[in-house]
Amino acid sequence: MDLENQQRIMDAAGKYGAENVVVVLGSADPEGAGLYAETVTAGDPTFAGPLAGVPLGLPVYHVFEEEIKAETDQCVWDEQVAMMEMVLDTSALAKSVAEMRDQHSRSKL
Amino acid sequence: MPNAAIKSTAYCLNHTPELGFHYGTTPYLERHDKPDSRFLADLPRFIQSYGDAARYAPNLAYIGAMTIGQLEKQPRPWHSNLADAPTRFGKYGEIMPEDEFLGLLDICDVFDLVWLETGFAESVREKLLVHPVLDAEVLKRLKAGRAAADIGGEIANKGALPLFFAGEVVGCCRRAHEVDETLASHVILENLACKAGSVLALLHLLKKAGMGPGEVDFLVECSEEAVGDMNQRGGGNLAKSIAEIAGCVNASGLDVRAFCAAPVNALITGASLVASGARRNVVVLAGGALPKLFMNSRDHVKKEHPALECCLGNFAVLLTPDDGTAPVIRLDALGKHSVGAGASPQAVTTALVWDPLQKAGLDFADVDKYAAELQIPEITLPAGAGDVPEANAKMIAALAVMKGQLERAAIADFVASHGLVGFAHTQGHIPSGVPFLGHAVDAIAAGHMKRAMIIGKGSLFLARMTGLSDGASFLVEASAGGQAGSLTRDEVKTVLLDALADLADSLRNAE
Repeated sequence: MDLENQQRIMDAAGKYGAENVVVVLGSADPEGAGLYAETVTAGDPTFAGPLAGVPLGLPVYHVFEEEIKAETDQCVWDEQVAMMEMVLDTSALAKSVAEMRDQHSRSKL
Repeated sequence: MPNAAIKSTAYCLNHTPELGFHYGTTPYLERHDKPDSRFLADLPRFIQSYGDAARYAPNLAYIGAMTIGQLEKQPRPWHSNLADAPTRFGKYGEIMPEDEFLGLLDICDVFDLVWLETGFAESVREKLLVHPVLDAEVLKRLKAGRAAADIGGEIANKGALPLFFAGEVVGCCRRAHEVDETLASHVILENLACKAGSVLALLHLLKKAGMGPGEVDFLVECSEEAVGDMNQRGGGNLAKSIAEIAGCVNASGLDVRAFCAAPVNALITGASLVASGARRNVVVLAGGALPKLFMNSRDHVKKEHPALECCLGNFAVLLTPDDGTAPVIRLDALGKHSVGAGASPQAVTTALVWDPLQKAGLDFADVDKYAAELQIPEITLPAGAGDVPEANAKMIAALAVMKGQLERAAIADFVASHGLVGFAHTQGHIPSGVPFLGHAVDAIAAGHMKRAMIIGKGSLFLARMTGLSDGASFLVEASAGGQAGSLTRDEVKTVLLDALADLADSLRNAE
């Protein structure tokens, strides 16, 4: 995860409280999604950014996970997300993020 | 609406692993931050040699030494299933070795900024003397060289960057100003490398087209470098500087910038100039991006995977008035990712694929091949970026499903038949659809393909001026007859008089 995004997430968690922030990922690659999820829960695994050694423990989901899809307006979903749902390996993405969430998130939806 | 013909195409690679190892952004930053890093120590072990690069199937497809069909059948991984023998020249261009490319850098330098060591300069001159597209006029620009001690002094005391071949310092690139960062030695080196790549592609293009440099009317350059000084950092017209070296004395030019969307935008610009009659023979071209060499090498080394990003990519396309023979760029059905189109992949694909299909009255299946972001998957997959061309084809197929033109179960078949395998280096603007143009033009001219869509996408947000991305697309297909097929006023008059005479005859006969 690039350093600016790490800083933004760190700032949001500081401003609103970690219990009031949910991270929704849109990554296309399961490995990348897992790394992003690890970064916002256990801390930056590359030790390069502001979240290095900062385990925020945020609840993190991929946009394709049922918890997020259920909260989304169907029209918006069809217009913005449905095409990529056909393209990407949604179960691998969800699994990759869920593994990190189960291990490191302090709260869940 | 008149169109512009694609008269010829050229594609070259410059195998430049030592420039990449020293000045590619990833190793360069690592050397700056952690000069003793394990990654830097390990990287040379994973770099592809010239011999292997000239046997590597995607490279051979890029220079036209292998068809796309042959590439698709080549066993994978390509990096360990190399061709039996190296091939330097293909029907579109060549894979130039690094020492000769350093000579070309010197040739393209008109401000005495590149100094090659005398002996090295001489050895390069001997090689370039037998080069098929570098004539005496170009070669006389190669300077005699400098003493190694002088080069060492420039590097030690005046901010010059050493140039390496076979691990030895063989020259340097000097700064063009002591303070101005836009004229610092690394900026000059990047810009000259980009210029030199364009010059090589242009010279191959002219030879292939059988055209003299004096016949070129205009150049549109579309790389990702900014040329200028601190008062006008992106002042531009690299195009004209390229035309100068190639001897295009009757040409001028301009630069088009839009990150990776620039080549498609530049081709639309060039085609519009030709179709309107404003310019006649227009060359659209770009050299490579030195900073992107070994961009993903950290992941490659970590996974003990070959670091394949050792080649600069470049291309040149000759656009001429539609004479009814060569395939054309259709200007009546262009794709444009507008400001208000939306940023989701769905919105982008709709703007770039669905909208032009609608304008042209075509279905998804009417386009034989969609060419978008043709990065070599063996480079991007280990870096976690996926198979980019395959992902693009899947997105187009999924949009076809949403538009009711494809069964969901047929997505994989659509991807296999209408998508492409990636064969272009991760050089930003280079992979953006345009590498397929040469293959597409040949297939259309031979009657093996009806049409292709070339799609470019650019990450404008990287410049921090907007959060938007960009995109553009066009269709390539056989000419419908061309402007040469249209009738003159006198010809229309003759046809009308003949028709009236026929009518009079038939009335007389009826009586």
